[in-house]
Amino acid sequence: MKYLYLVWRNLLRRKVRTLFTLGCILVSFVLYAFLMIVRAAFTMGIDFAGADRMWTIHKVSIIQMLPESYLKDILATPGVRLATYGTWFGGSYQNKPNQFAVFATDIETYLKLYHEFKVDPAQLKSALEDVQGVVVGKDTAARYGWKVGDRIPILADIWQPVEGQTWYFNIRAIYDGEKTVDKTQFLFNRKYFEENRRFGKGTVNFYMLKIEDPAQGAAIAKAIDTGFANSQYETKTAPEKAVIADFAKQTGDIGAMITAILVVVFFTILIVVANTMAQSVRERTSELAVLKTLGFQDGTILMLVLGESVFLSVLAGGIALGLMAIFVGRGTFNTAMLPVFVLSPQALILGGVLAVMLGLVSGALPAIGAMRLKITDALRRN
Amino acid sequence: MFRWISQTITVMLLGIRTIPQRLSSSAVAIVGIAGVVVVLVSVLSISEGFRKTLLGAGSPDRAIVLRNGSESEMTSGLLGTETDIVKQAPGLAMNGTRPLAAAEMFVIVDLPKRSTGTPANVPLRGIEPASFEVRDGVKIVEGRMPQFGTNEAVVGRAAVREFSGVDLGSEFATGQLRLKIVGVFTDNGSSAESEVWCDAKIAQGAYNRGNSYQAVFAKLDSVASFDAFKDWLTTNPQLNVIARRENDYYAAQTQVMSDLINGIGFVIAGLMAIGAVFSAILTMYSAVATRTREIATLRALGFNTMSVLVSVLGESMALALLGGAIGGVIAYIGFNGYETATMNFQTFSQVAFAFAVTPRLIIGGLVGALLMGFVGGFFPAVRAARLPISSALREL
Repeated sequence: MKYLYLVWRNLLRRKVRTLFTLGCILVSFVLYAFLMIVRAAFTMGIDFAGADRMWTIHKVSIIQMLPESYLKDILATPGVRLATYGTWFGGSYQNKPNQFAVFATDIETYLKLYHEFKVDPAQLKSALEDVQGVVVGKDTAARYGWKVGDRIPILADIWQPVEGQTWYFNIRAIYDGEKTVDKTQFLFNRKYFEENRRFGKGTVNFYMLKIEDPAQGAAIAKAIDTGFANSQYETKTAPEKAVIADFAKQTGDIGAMITAILVVVFFTILIVVANTMAQSVRERTSELAVLKTLGFQDGTILMLVLGESVFLSVLAGGIALGLMAIFVGRGTFNTAMLPVFVLSPQALILGGVLAVMLGLVSGALPAIGAMRLKITDALRRN
Repeated sequence: MFRWISQTITVMLLGIRTIPQRLSSSAVAIVGIAGVVVVLVSVLSISEGFRKTLLGAGSPDRAIVLRNGSESEMTSGLLGTETDIVKQAPGLAMNGTRPLAAAEMFVIVDLPKRSTGTPANVPLRGIEPASFEVRDGVKIVEGRMPQFGTNEAVVGRAAVREFSGVDLGSEFATGQLRLKIVGVFTDNGSSAESEVWCDAKIAQGAYNRGNSYQAVFAKLDSVASFDAFKDWLTTNPQLNVIARRENDYYAAQTQVMSDLINGIGFVIAGLMAIGAVFSAILTMYSAVATRTREIATLRALGFNTMSVLVSVLGESMALALLGGAIGGVIAYIGFNGYETATMNFQTFSQVAFAFAVTPRLIIGGLVGALLMGFVGGFFPAVRAARLPISSALREL
């Protein structure tokens, strides 16, 4: 620690160089944080999926409908605590296909299943009492400037209403939640859906259930699926986490792409920092020789040079990650692109580790070179 | 003027010839810029490839008819009686007395993706015999045409590549539907190649769809007859449909994906470019620093400041161009034609496509590289031009 001042002074001897090297590292870590945010958004919160929740869908594909009568059978399955159903509505608002999920469901049980959706009880009550009532996520409400009491027309695509082509909804409640919760959903009463759709009455898209013990998930899934086997509507039951993970994989291997980009970025930055350090050591050859003459140990010289590169990268990395964490923490971003906008603590820790590694690896060769300097040669050189 | 140019060229050549002496720092600038170009070009090649595949499916002399309010086949629905009326519209190409129009069903079927083994929404299209006449680019490359009225199916070449269980000769069951793959087709690399095709009547039965379809695909007798065709359909009181030219329909489907990839791609490349400019600045400052005495000597000999400035800028841009070219080559070798499949969110189903590193992207990458070289070289160049001769000559 007592050498920190020396490290600091050495960095200041070429201010422009230090500044731009810092800039390079800083930008790389901003990019790192951005890619981590993108990844979190694409995996749609696999990490945050409820371990005790499962989904049941039609075995052939998610677009096929299941009879609503399955609910009582599912509820009767041992180990199932709670279950509800829903239907994907689609539709478009303001001439654009909806970029938020619209579900016809039993709002009350849905919110019990998704207890991380926080709703004011009085608002919820009014949403349940109004057949056209809607509970909408805070992000979607903010995006379109909706307030409680607003009347929202949604143009139907799949689900044609009995009359005309537009469904009308009343915003009755707005839900909020932690940063990792999807606050874009639009939930409306299934009763309205049943009364007002032209076809498909008595069918649902999917069931969601809450089980007593996540460890029993596989057994419960098997029990449900065997129960409906050989019927006209066979089912497939899987934990929510698996469903979301599989769905994310349909988009492509985002994780691999992001890793590939990060490898390119860090390889480049490694070369930049290593070059800076090498230059800096080269310039100071005689100075290092003097230090050695004064009795500095080889190990100390090694640490001095390594200290410089680690200091640089940790400083820049720390500033970048800190700024991004503040930026992300400050508010919600209402973009359809990134429904979840989080920078996880794991990503921050990994970033910190990367910063230290970057400093160590980029400083290694110059530091070893400095350590091995022979005083006589070094003083004669130049 | 001539003297100025020849001076500049001389100084620039001197600079470039001495690059090997500053190899490590020049290499850093080259690598930095190559990295940006690799990432930019390869990320954008994803949306370019996706676009090419979807646009390849469309033709201006073909039209798609959907239920009014639907943006894609997935959300559309037409009754058999409605599709029969659509087939009577004017402007359709004819085969004898038969109009070239096909009512088609579009659903998805869960099949495992080969790359991950996880379920994927594979598009399953219920077709009519006319479907092959409407889509004149479709060719059976292996096996044979399906027999209508049976459970035979043909599958696109990209679907065979991306999903398991649909190889030629195999049979797969999904719910009530049991299909036998008797042929593999191509369609000039279009998105149709990601699909499984079987008789619409068989699929309707298995999917409990009654006599209903998702869309009608029609071949027009000329590109110009679209308006008449569309007007007849939209003013017909028996119908509530919209008609689109096929190429417009598919272009709209690429929008979301392109916006997403381009948006994220440009943020990534923008950030990387800032970093690369910084490293170029570092490189050029150190180049100027090591050449301080040399530059001062040139100035003392009477070379003017402008030629020194331009030569430093030139060196920086030459390094950047080299980096850009290396990046372009790496992106092309590494990613052009890389085959994968992704979700088309409009149809909620998979589209197989190949990354396309097009000349447009490479040129864009090179222009970007030159720009980075210019910005990175500018301040060091100004510094070189302003060096006070007397003190610079004295420097080590």
